[in-house]
Amino acid sequence: MVITQNKIIKWLVTYADILNENKTYLTELDSEIGDADHGINMDRGFQAVIKNLHENREADIGTILKTTAMALISSVGGASGPLYGTLFLEMSRCTEGKVELSKIEWTAALEAGVKGVAKRGKAFAGDKTMLDALLPAVKALKEGTYGTEELPLALQSAYKAAEQGMKDTIQMVAKKGRASYLGERSAGHQDPGATSSFLMLKAASEALV
Amino acid sequence: MKKLINHPKDVVHDSLKGVEATHSDFLKVHFEPNYIIRKNAPINGKVALLSGGGSGHEPLHGGFVGYGMLDAACPGEVFTSPTPDQILEATKAVAGGAGVLHIVKNYTGDVLNFEMAADLAKSEGVMVESVVINDDVAVEDSLYTAGRRGVGTTVLAEKIVGAAAEEKLPLADLVKLCRKVNANGRSMGVALTSCVVPSAGKSTFDLPEDEIEIGIGIHGEPGRKREKIKTAREITELLVGPIVKDLPFKKGDHVIAFVNGMGGTPLIELYIIYNELAKILNSYGITIARNLIGNYITSLEMQGCSITLLKMDEQILRLWDAPVCTTTLRWGI
Repeated sequence: MVITQNKIIKWLVTYADILNENKTYLTELDSEIGDADHGINMDRGFQAVIKNLHENREADIGTILKTTAMALISSVGGASGPLYGTLFLEMSRCTEGKVELSKIEWTAALEAGVKGVAKRGKAFAGDKTMLDALLPAVKALKEGTYGTEELPLALQSAYKAAEQGMKDTIQMVAKKGRASYLGERSAGHQDPGATSSFLMLKAASEALV
Repeated sequence: MKKLINHPKDVVHDSLKGVEATHSDFLKVHFEPNYIIRKNAPINGKVALLSGGGSGHEPLHGGFVGYGMLDAACPGEVFTSPTPDQILEATKAVAGGAGVLHIVKNYTGDVLNFEMAADLAKSEGVMVESVVINDDVAVEDSLYTAGRRGVGTTVLAEKIVGAAAEEKLPLADLVKLCRKVNANGRSMGVALTSCVVPSAGKSTFDLPEDEIEIGIGIHGEPGRKREKIKTAREITELLVGPIVKDLPFKKGDHVIAFVNGMGGTPLIELYIIYNELAKILNSYGITIARNLIGNYITSLEMQGCSITLLKMDEQILRLWDAPVCTTTLRWGI
């Protein structure tokens, strides 16, 4: 089973819908340990992504992901813009010219994207950020890809790993981003960035199969 | 929520339209991407000064565009950093051949977006340097946070460096000066209420009637600790103590004392705070050489204030007194 351009587009559209539905929820999470704009920013960013997709329906996967990156960088703002922008930009570099991806290629692209996020944000596992959902997901995909799991199973295990990672952020004390100013008070709240990353992988598990 | 707005998603646009309508005699407002520049930009041979950040802190930064201060200001969505493409276009619009200095407040979003913009500018042949302002003493500067936030000293830096830029100082010297101002400024704030982000529709955090939040930033995010409401004298002591200890400010120092309103506190109260500040500094043997009181770096309608002290030397004093003509600060002209 392969991931085609159409499935990539379906993933982005699905994610945009999920973000729109969860706009208030993400904003509420961001009110508790941030400045109450994560849901609004991500929704705005992905509405811009969807608009640009119309011109790129026939493009290769690398171009689709690069266009997504540039749309996010220029419309999300905050820390999420450059961070999600870097995720998609690095993924686009791995997928230039490709019209379909095997599960190994998808895994490699996502891993490159997540490494880019870690580098730009200078964050590590346990800092209570989006990485705490993304890193477990990449790990699960790699274990699935080199094992005997089919693509749908691999994507499921990635999404479940991201879900657990997102929940694990509740206990963490934030060391990066606006939440870090709260110190110990950031514990007991789920990280909004980890939540939007989990939702991205949930969308992938639904759309890429 | 009750606000004087039309629709939450149009707040920034509608407000910038208002700025354009009011000040088109010396400001130019560009839309999509949004930025405010001096009408006579670019000024050849002068380093251009650019800053920006989320909207909702007015007059920061748009209100500081003009002679003797900023050349450009980039307003993002409310409490959201501006984007690299926006910063890049504004940078190019004001670059006058002597380079551009970006003054960046230390928030993750601002730092990341300005970094990307600076990279893009350099790849297009525009010389850009950046200085990050991180004067807030409420956040312990450790490995375990995003670092100290940029707050009140940002306003002072924009004025002082703006005056030096007007004297045609080269980019490297302006960077040094900006870093000196940042190194000698310290701030701390307190909130009596939260604020309401238009698109969120409700307060960012709940502060009971009898409590205050010490060590706030400027985005409605909760601070470091919560205390019961106290007198103005007690609150001022809670803010000034850590500021003085942190630099440290010493007996005999001359300072600019800046009492800043967070947007929702009336002037009558800011003067009460200043009076307490003056008494405390007098007891420390610290001389207030210049002062600034009012709403300069706000957080929408938040009630509260921040205090900034900047240690002055002769250069800083002279540049502070130098002429300035913006919609907010105007003297010597």
